[in-house]
Amino acid sequence: MVKVFDCPKSLTDMPTHYCPGCTHGIIHRLIAEVIDELGIADKTVGVAPVGCAVLAYNYFVCDMQEAAHGRAPAVATGIKRVVPDGVVFTYQGDGDLASIGCAEIVHAAARGELITTVFVNNGIYGMTGGQMAPTTLPGDKTSTSPYGRDTKKQGFPIRVSEMLATLDGPAYIARVSVHNVANIVKAKRAIKKAFEYQIAGKGFTLVEVLSTCPTNWGLTPKESLEKVQRDMMPYFPLGDYKDIEAGEKK
Amino acid sequence: MKQRVLMKGNEAIAEAAIRAGCRFFFGYPITPQNELPEYMSRRLPEVGGTFVQAESEVSAINMVYGAAGAGARVMTSSSSPGISLKQEGISYMAGAQLPAVIVNIVRGGPGLGSIQPGQGDYFQSVKGGGHGDYRLVVLAPANLQEAVDLVTEAFDIADLYRNPVLILGDGLLGQMMEPVEFRQSTPRELPAKDWATTGLRNHNGHKNVINSLVLHAIDLEAHNIHLQEKYALIKVAEQKAELLHCDDAELVVVAYGSTARIVKTAIAQLRDQGHRVGLLRPISLWPFPEDAFAKVMPVAKNFLCVEMSAGQMVEDVKLVVNGARPVHFYGRMGGIVPTPNEIATQVLQIMGVK
Ligand SMILES: Cc1ncc(C[n+]2csc(CCOP(=O)(O)OP(=O)(O)O)c2C)c(N)n1
Repeated sequence: MVKVFDCPKSLTDMPTHYCPGCTHGIIHRLIAEVIDELGIADKTVGVAPVGCAVLAYNYFVCDMQEAAHGRAPAVATGIKRVVPDGVVFTYQGDGDLASIGCAEIVHAAARGELITTVFVNNGIYGMTGGQMAPTTLPGDKTSTSPYGRDTKKQGFPIRVSEMLATLDGPAYIARVSVHNVANIVKAKRAIKKAFEYQIAGKGFTLVEVLSTCPTNWGLTPKESLEKVQRDMMPYFPLGDYKDIEAGEKK
Repeated sequence: MKQRVLMKGNEAIAEAAIRAGCRFFFGYPITPQNELPEYMSRRLPEVGGTFVQAESEVSAINMVYGAAGAGARVMTSSSSPGISLKQEGISYMAGAQLPAVIVNIVRGGPGLGSIQPGQGDYFQSVKGGGHGDYRLVVLAPANLQEAVDLVTEAFDIADLYRNPVLILGDGLLGQMMEPVEFRQSTPRELPAKDWATTGLRNHNGHKNVINSLVLHAIDLEAHNIHLQEKYALIKVAEQKAELLHCDDAELVVVAYGSTARIVKTAIAQLRDQGHRVGLLRPISLWPFPEDAFAKVMPVAKNFLCVEMSAGQMVEDVKLVVNGARPVHFYGRMGGIVPTPNEIATQVLQIMGVK
């Protein structure tokens, strides 16, 4: 019998701790497949965030560092400067990257740091139990916006990809989604391009992935995927926000 | 032949780091330590090293974390307010057992304080500063030659024990000029950094992880016990202190760093007048040089701790002396440096000399 589906070599063959219907697992797999396809597992160093993906260092079969909350881009900077021929990636949630680690990601991008960031935007603080994130949509209820995010009092979501695309340091910035197969395929292509650009020394690269949090959204896995398409995608449009090979586009 | 060069404290420390093999520096500007990163930004490229001006001290220390985790000899420097910002990263480094050297050219506090010298960061340096049960090795030079020598020591101690080491200077030390000689230290046998994250290619496919997260209580306790055992070893092996005129000293002044220099002047005056006064100068603030205290106890009748603070190290002096002798304190704050006369007056008062 021919095996047509297997665990990528760069992914540890073990059950993850993620909730049913959460897309962290899919995103992990895409990164692992890209690492396998590029044949870079032996020179890749990953940086895990503080958030639901805090245990990512268990899931990738490559050297890993666990960073303090939001500091992954700084940690990755330190690693990459010491191992310039290595491939360094950070894996970060929206609380980690767009709130407490906002300075770190902006300046890593501005420096054109030769790292790849996979930014998982699920619009909520998953790990701490569903509090409001800087990416929580207006009107959405969370445990710290129980009446729905009121933009008059709680401000507006941050569109990270658009913001970082204004800088000169990044070589590639894209927003993708993993809510259906077609988009999963596109997401993988974007992650692969980001890693390739890093390896080619083109500049900072980031792929923002719209993700789900059924547990804290209070939705079923299926409803969660529908919410990504219905509510998140209009506010966070998919596409390439910067590609120095293709010229800038919106 | 001895090659002595006249250098500013901050620059001497930077050059010493480069000679100790430090090739990575991450920092953020703050007075009175700016000459240190400035020197590094100039010199590191000459030796194939890397200087990055980070966006904040928070980022700088986390870059240090990443670089140390990748096996590099790496340094950062700052002054008090910036060191406060680094505390999160320092705690993570202690937890993940990462070697690096951190320099604090202390200024007056609290808050924004001043840019004058101070010693108000003693508690922060030796009692924690960040969260959790951890220790830094804290070395406090009193002159530039010692600062230069201690930089090499600091890197070796960091690598030997896989622990961050703090060099605690102050604005006086950072800004003064003195002749220094960059000399070879006795080499220590250091373990290979086979734990560094440089890619599986460099350690036979074995996966390395740099981490301070230990979710299960039983495992985290075991990790803490390991750290405490390491600290116990350091406590035995790495105490450093200078004893001056302590053989017959009835009153022992305890002071570190710049303050100890001034105390020395006061003691010279007092000795000329025939008073039996000595100096115990802790060089390692952690581990606190308890052994040196044991040496002076038989003769000493009184201790006087002098600091540029409201009284911080004096608590450790009291712990060591443990009620066996009176421990007095004299301190100036806010960036005021005590004068030899002020100190001599205190000594004479305690000795009952009119
Ligand atoms: C300094 C610090 N502040 C707060 C926390 C608590 N904390 C852990 S995870 C987290 C939010 C993570 O949310 P996000 O980055 O969106 O990732 P997700 O869990 O949704 O994947 C917070 C606030 C922490 N660990 N450290």
